[in-house]
Amino acid sequence: MIRTILRRLANLVPVWLGVSLLVFALGVLAPGDPAEALLQRRTGEPPTQQAVLEMRHQLGLDAPLPVRYARWLLAAVQGDLGVSLRTGAPVISDLRERFPATLELSLSALLLGLGIALPLGVGAAARAGSLLDHAARLFAIAGSSIPTFFSGYVLILLFSVTLHWLPVAGRGGVSHLVLPATTLALGFAAALARLTRAALLEELGEDYVRTARAKGLPERTVVLKHALRIALVPVVTFATTRFGHLLAGAAVVETVFGWPGIGKHIVDSIYDRDYPAIQGFVLFMGTVFVALHLAVDLVYPAIDPRVGARERSWAG
Amino acid sequence: MGGLTLPLVTAPPGLARRVLRHRLGRAGLAIVLLVALLALVAPLVAHDPTAIETARRLEAPSFAALLGTDALGRDLFSRIVFGARWSLGAAAVTTALVLAIGVLVGLTAGYLGGMADALLMRIVDGLSAFPSLLLALAIIGTLGPGLFNAVLALTAVGWASYARVVRALVLSLRERPFVDAARATGASESHVLFRHVLPNVLPPVVVLATVEMGEIILALSALSFLGLGAQPPAPEWGAMLSDARGYLFTAPRLMIAPGLAITIAVVGLNLLGDGLRDLLDPRQS
Repeated sequence: MIRTILRRLANLVPVWLGVSLLVFALGVLAPGDPAEALLQRRTGEPPTQQAVLEMRHQLGLDAPLPVRYARWLLAAVQGDLGVSLRTGAPVISDLRERFPATLELSLSALLLGLGIALPLGVGAAARAGSLLDHAARLFAIAGSSIPTFFSGYVLILLFSVTLHWLPVAGRGGVSHLVLPATTLALGFAAALARLTRAALLEELGEDYVRTARAKGLPERTVVLKHALRIALVPVVTFATTRFGHLLAGAAVVETVFGWPGIGKHIVDSIYDRDYPAIQGFVLFMGTVFVALHLAVDLVYPAIDPRVGARERSWAG
Repeated sequence: MGGLTLPLVTAPPGLARRVLRHRLGRAGLAIVLLVALLALVAPLVAHDPTAIETARRLEAPSFAALLGTDALGRDLFSRIVFGARWSLGAAAVTTALVLAIGVLVGLTAGYLGGMADALLMRIVDGLSAFPSLLLALAIIGTLGPGLFNAVLALTAVGWASYARVVRALVLSLRERPFVDAARATGASESHVLFRHVLPNVLPPVVVLATVEMGEIILALSALSFLGLGAQPPAPEWGAMLSDARGYLFTAPRLMIAPGLAITIAVVGLNLLGDGLRDLLDPRQS
């Protein structure tokens, strides 16, 4: 178990370092001089050359690139991601303040998506060719084709404007969460239902399923206890890695529903060319994804009895 | 761009005919052709999509303006029709760029092997481990908003999955007898690579890229909706939807029309893709 974790870490640390290098490079390549931008924001007028040079020294921008990268990385792992040009607050505290809202939205979408997709996918596979199977296919096509910024507004028009059941925008109780979470969950649920169906159908064709049926086990036990357990392996892998996509995709949904999360925050930062905030966001999310990948490895042996028998393939 | 699942087979002969026999695939093909046709003949069926007529603000649909006019008096139908050019065009350019880089990297990695392969595949793994939208946001954050930069960003994050598929195809192809035969006749390595390996790699990968275009349309319009892609007054569907936000209660058709346009185009591509995948991967049918 510990060896598995260590081996995975050995794979993931270079990936994380690669991301950090990319983020750092983006900061270096970004047009404009951060020292000048900072002074300009502080005083409101173009700074003198002398002041810019001093500020560059003060920020360590005159050091060689490898030194700057090392310093930046060292500060970053200690939680120092610099100061946002837009809000004037440390980037890390902006992220910390807004991440819970995004996490709340994404986790709700994840649970909702699982709640829709698993029964639908299992039903579609167990009764392949039935009306339910066709309905599941229709759902999968619709869910993967409708853009979230459209389905979100359609839901608002239906449930807020026409029926007055739910609030239009903002964060608050469960009633505020329903529409954004549903919007975010649709695409995920569509892909997951489809994957569940395919994975379960494949298992149902295996020899051990024929053996279980031949033993006279009820079909329900064969499907739910035997085949589904193995079929869940790719499903869980997909759901976990897709959770990262939900966190990133939340940017669009947050914009539609005025949800105060980090997605909306980062889009605003991009408008304002707030590079420290953009860099901090990408590195922060990159770290979350590495942690997610590691989490899959921890959950994995618990589901798949054959773990270790074959190397898991990583679905992107 | 999620899991690319392409079985390692080259496209069987007569694929086009078999797609036509696949019911959903046929419907998808029809939709895609219709949207593409609309984009082609846009100037014949629609007016100037950016012509502002302040006297005709927010007109309801009529024979003169099939879908009515928007807040600046522009003809909504014309904007939707010309929008097909923007959305399909930008997606096609992105697809072509992604393909070119993916094929080049995949060929290099698969054919050279060794260190070059290990290094390139490490980059590919790193890229695909992260949600493409996140990296696209990072790149646009650096380059600044704009459709061109959005295309570049999606290209930068999209090629990796194709490189992986191409590499796998090359690995299986280079052990095949016809490649050995070509080498035995004294053909140079580059001749073998470009004249014998590449032609066998391209067809399945191009098919794959075509059906993945739906994802690219969604991603590009999402970026435009966020204000990070195509900028107003361009009649790009995502940007139009963003424009319509202020009229959600008074003129919801301004939002519904571009939303439906994106959905229809993507449904067409996804149905076509389903059909192709069913045919290429017999396990799933």
